Amino acid sequence: MKDTGYDYSIVRGFAFSALFWLIVGLLIGLWIAFEMFNPALNITPWLSFGRLRVVHTNGLGLGFGLAGIFATAYYMLQRLTRTPLPFPGLAKAHLYLFNIAIAAAAVTLMAGMNTTKEYAELEWPLDVGVVILWVMFAINVFAILIKRQEKQMYISLWYLVAMTVTIAVLYIVNNLEIPVTLFKSYSLYAGANDANVEWWYGHNIVGFIFTVPVLAMFYYFLPKATGLPIYSHRLSIVSFWSLIFAYLWTGAHHLMLTPLPEWIQTVAIAFSIFLIAPSWGSVVNGYYTLQGNWDQMRSNYLTKFFIIGITFYGLQTLQGPLQGLRTLNAFFHYTDWVVGHVHMGTMGWVAMTISASFYYMIPKITGKELYSVKLANIHFWLILVGQLAWTITMWIGGIQQGAMWKATNPDGSLMYNFLDGLTSLYPYYRMRFAAGIVYFIGILIFAWNLVQTVRQGETAVEAEA
Amino acid sequence: MGINSKPVVFAVLSALVILVGTVVTVFVPMFMPSTQPVSAFVKPYTAIEQEGRDIYMREGCNNCHTQTVRPLRTEVLRYGEYSKAEEFAWDRPFLWGSRRTGPDLNRVGGKYPDSWHYKHMHSPQSMFALSNMPPYGWLASNRLDTSISFKKTKVLGYGYTEEQVNQQIADYKARVTASGYDSKETRDQVTPPALRGELTEMDAIIAYLQKLGRDVKSMEATR
Repeated sequence: MKDTGYDYSIVRGFAFSALFWLIVGLLIGLWIAFEMFNPALNITPWLSFGRLRVVHTNGLGLGFGLAGIFATAYYMLQRLTRTPLPFPGLAKAHLYLFNIAIAAAAVTLMAGMNTTKEYAELEWPLDVGVVILWVMFAINVFAILIKRQEKQMYISLWYLVAMTVTIAVLYIVNNLEIPVTLFKSYSLYAGANDANVEWWYGHNIVGFIFTVPVLAMFYYFLPKATGLPIYSHRLSIVSFWSLIFAYLWTGAHHLMLTPLPEWIQTVAIAFSIFLIAPSWGSVVNGYYTLQGNWDQMRSNYLTKFFIIGITFYGLQTLQGPLQGLRTLNAFFHYTDWVVGHVHMGTMGWVAMTISASFYYMIPKITGKELYSVKLANIHFWLILVGQLAWTITMWIGGIQQGAMWKATNPDGSLMYNFLDGLTSLYPYYRMRFAAGIVYFIGILIFAWNLVQTVRQGETAVEAEA
Repeated sequence: MGINSKPVVFAVLSALVILVGTVVTVFVPMFMPSTQPVSAFVKPYTAIEQEGRDIYMREGCNNCHTQTVRPLRTEVLRYGEYSKAEEFAWDRPFLWGSRRTGPDLNRVGGKYPDSWHYKHMHSPQSMFALSNMPPYGWLASNRLDTSISFKKTKVLGYGYTEEQVNQQIADYKARVTASGYDSKETRDQVTPPALRGELTEMDAIIAYLQKLGRDVKSMEATR
């Protein structure tokens, strides 16, 4: 391998951190999925559903998601600028502090230090830590862009810049809180304003963690893995700017029919529908990149991951705006339908894309062959089947629950009490748990495959020496 | 394209683009009184109710229970009058929630006697065999910590003096430990003997639940 001076140890560190938090987050997910049909697992306060659900969402969103983003970002930034990382020491500190922060997040959330604002539950000292971590990352991002050897910034870099800027704004504004003690604070905003700020954040944190940087990976690793250039540069420009413009208007579709002023809800609906266009801009760009080369779906194991991944992104970005429509929202909101929706995006689009990016990247940075393409294929099918069984089960359950809440007798009275609706879902919850096990096995194979790629390579080198 | 070779300009432009929607739909409404109207009928939480609210947050109850009744026919039938913006003026943070694994709680105040809640919190399954709610009987084994109650109400701007806060705590303690308390029997069943004369976390969370949606009833009555 040519010595380019690129720092790949940081890429490897974040990639394996991502795998670790992925496994932890999924284990907790399985635990709470079981609690949903059998409360016996609420053994201690630390393991009760209300506290653990937050560890699950934060562990996977911040632990797995962010670590995967940092790993691929440090890789793409160096490759696309043809410049070594300006501050490798800072990046190393970023890696260690990141893992300490995620561990501290898990422990404090299990201890009940919880601000309750969704995906922003961490108490204020950890919020300060997250901001420091973000600044450490941003310094390397902007320093490498300023020092870059490659004049033009490729599409992926636009998405990384947008993420770096937007996450900072979102996180700081939504987490403004007044401390009471070291472990307790109250939001700066009250009532409807707090709700509005929270869901502006909640929607966009999903957008700028689970969409924007994952699109950066897609635009970089799809051409790399397939050897095909992105179909349209112009389409990617239009998609990028319209996506980041429209995203920020749509948070209130999470607050449909609540006491939030109606005009904010209606504006959010309009922009949600608009958002289909830039989202599908990337989907179409991905599909057309493959034109004439669709045989790669069979011959190249990585292509499957990316194309099925972007397909789930496309479905996600159609389903989302439709759920935001007032009439449909009245039916689906607060049911398991929405839970299914979220998991199609995360288990389908995000996990598929990060998986394939890692499969491409880890052999590149270690100079070794992937341990087993066969295992990668098994991983693909297990997470595909697991995810589909998971999400479709939740959609059906959601429709049933919504219908039971709405059902009335001929005299106008309610047909079902609340508990009828809940208990009718238990078969679906068992099914969901089983699907989660299938998915989890797929992820274990993924992790094993990458660990073996690194380890088996080492013994081979030792044997040669 | 020029901008793709100017990272700083690109970053600044991205920031401006994302701020347009942010300013219009989030920052501007913050300064519009119509976003969060206030009503004289909606009173701040008492110190005990606030402690209960903090326990509700600590246990993540908002992960399964919403606190906003939508203006839909079957929803009003099931839970009661739909939620009004005025009700949430003192809520920091808001606790509207996003998923109803359990029922909405915005109108639960006054719906059941305290004894119902003691029994239900202690063991939901003893009342509804198939319920999946975690049991919270252990809350009754935790003495309520009121050492920073005053500081909390101060940060939240409730406008109580320290004496008023102490009085609220003493009053509530007197109420639930009195021999004539209407839910005494159930409370004694779920509370360990050593804490029967004290305030527990269970007492506080029930005080909070009983406050939910009550002020708006008097507001509606005068409309």
